[in-house]
Amino acid sequence: MCGIVGLFLKDASLQTELGSMLTDMLVTMSDRGPDSAGIAIYGDQAGSGKNGNTPTDIAKITLQSATPDTDFDGLEAALSKMLASKISLQSRDTHAVLALPRDMIDAARTLLADMRPNIRVMSTGETIEIYKEVGLPRDVAHRFAIPAMTGTHGIGHTRMATESAVTTMGAHPFSTGADQCLVHNGSLSNHNSLRRKLIRDGISFETDNDSEVAAAYLTNQMNRGASLGEALESGLDDLDGFYTFVVGTRDGFGVVRDPIACKPAVMAETDRYVAFGSEYRALVNLPDIDAARVWEPEPATVYFWTH
Amino acid sequence: MQTIDLEDQGLRALNETLQSQDSDTNQTEWLVTNPRGSHAIAVGLDAPIDVTIKGSTGYYCGGMNKQASITVDGSAGPGVAENMMSGKIVIEGDASQYAGATGRGGLLVIKGNASSRCGISMKGINIVVHGNIGHMSAFMAQSGTLVVCGDAGDALGDSLYEARLFVRGSVKSLGADCIKKDMRPEHIELLRGLLEEAGSDARPEDFTRYGSARKLYHFDIDNAGAY
Repeated sequence: MCGIVGLFLKDASLQTELGSMLTDMLVTMSDRGPDSAGIAIYGDQAGSGKNGNTPTDIAKITLQSATPDTDFDGLEAALSKMLASKISLQSRDTHAVLALPRDMIDAARTLLADMRPNIRVMSTGETIEIYKEVGLPRDVAHRFAIPAMTGTHGIGHTRMATESAVTTMGAHPFSTGADQCLVHNGSLSNHNSLRRKLIRDGISFETDNDSEVAAAYLTNQMNRGASLGEALESGLDDLDGFYTFVVGTRDGFGVVRDPIACKPAVMAETDRYVAFGSEYRALVNLPDIDAARVWEPEPATVYFWTH
Repeated sequence: MQTIDLEDQGLRALNETLQSQDSDTNQTEWLVTNPRGSHAIAVGLDAPIDVTIKGSTGYYCGGMNKQASITVDGSAGPGVAENMMSGKIVIEGDASQYAGATGRGGLLVIKGNASSRCGISMKGINIVVHGNIGHMSAFMAQSGTLVVCGDAGDALGDSLYEARLFVRGSVKSLGADCIKKDMRPEHIELLRGLLEEAGSDARPEDFTRYGSARKLYHFDIDNAGAY
């Protein structure tokens, strides 16, 4: 199984409720996969209104550590000194969000790997933050205070592991490119051969997980100039197995199911939002759901929305 | 009319109450409120009662139904009316995957569309879909009748046994061993009765019949290409 939820807001007045709506949706899906949970939030632009930089100069890195007390201690000062720039760090339980000049992301990652090798990078980008841990959705969401988060769109996943170990890094969402993320219900059968091809194209992997390969595949397509929609279309030819994917980018939100489409999916759309749930149960508390257009996405058909 | 608020009472109490009705019960009208997509609503009923569910349901609504008449005033999740034995189930909206799977009797009416695998392995149930059906419908269907007033998706009737399939619109593709067949007067009569019972004003003469070519019943090397 596995449970997926997603919410793409059209009405900006709902943005302050994104975290609480997504948490409610994800908690409803707990019995589809109780071993780990994660949420990607497309929130405020990093550094907006601060430091005199235009916001696009600033990016965020979401970090995770199993020993946050030691790993995050003094990290802000150390990175600021070594990169000779003002870096800010905001920690939330086992995760922390760094805000730094965008052109220093690679340098910061190299330094982190050297200085704090136990730290893992969950995501990088202008607006994305990813929080994921082993445990039930309710516990994971509250550890990171997800219900209080604001944003434009977000994706959540609760996992029943089949293809790799139950670990923080094996939890979804997976992010393999700036402001990109993917969650998956299903299992891929050609992920090992595809992983080898992507490694030859210069993509690196954090886990043995099949879903990370799907995320990396889409990143690779988009790096070559494909739009989210085009990348999902080519995935229908190149990804073999069972899948319902929900994918996020900086401005976009996409859904695709394999041609067999045995992994469940329900969507709802109103003037105010587009919502995805593995089951209708996940959608019942959304505003005006009774008046929403509710449908099951067709097999082998790409759906995507952009802001 | 007896009303049960599923949010208040919980699923177990709802199903125990409905399942404990005798054949001669005088409480014949039931309304279930706040289904909110819950699983296994009104399963295993065995009494001539009318149950209306006010809203959409999750997995396996009305499964194993005998005698009861169930109406979902909303859409139904995967496996609605699974293994139904008798009675009638009406879905006012759409139905998800494998509606009516393995059903042995009774009538399932879907007023909207049904998605993939509608009537998979059906064994005597009658299913009338007012809209379209998805791919792999009536896969290995053994007996009963599937009526589709709209279009059918890919691989209709793959590995079909003796179920009768009637489609008014287009069929994207036929599955292995499923072929178009002639409409004879007895088929028109059968269809007329089912459409009437399902509240459809479609004309039986507008449908095409599909059935088994009967090449896959037993392995025969001469039919290897059909597998």
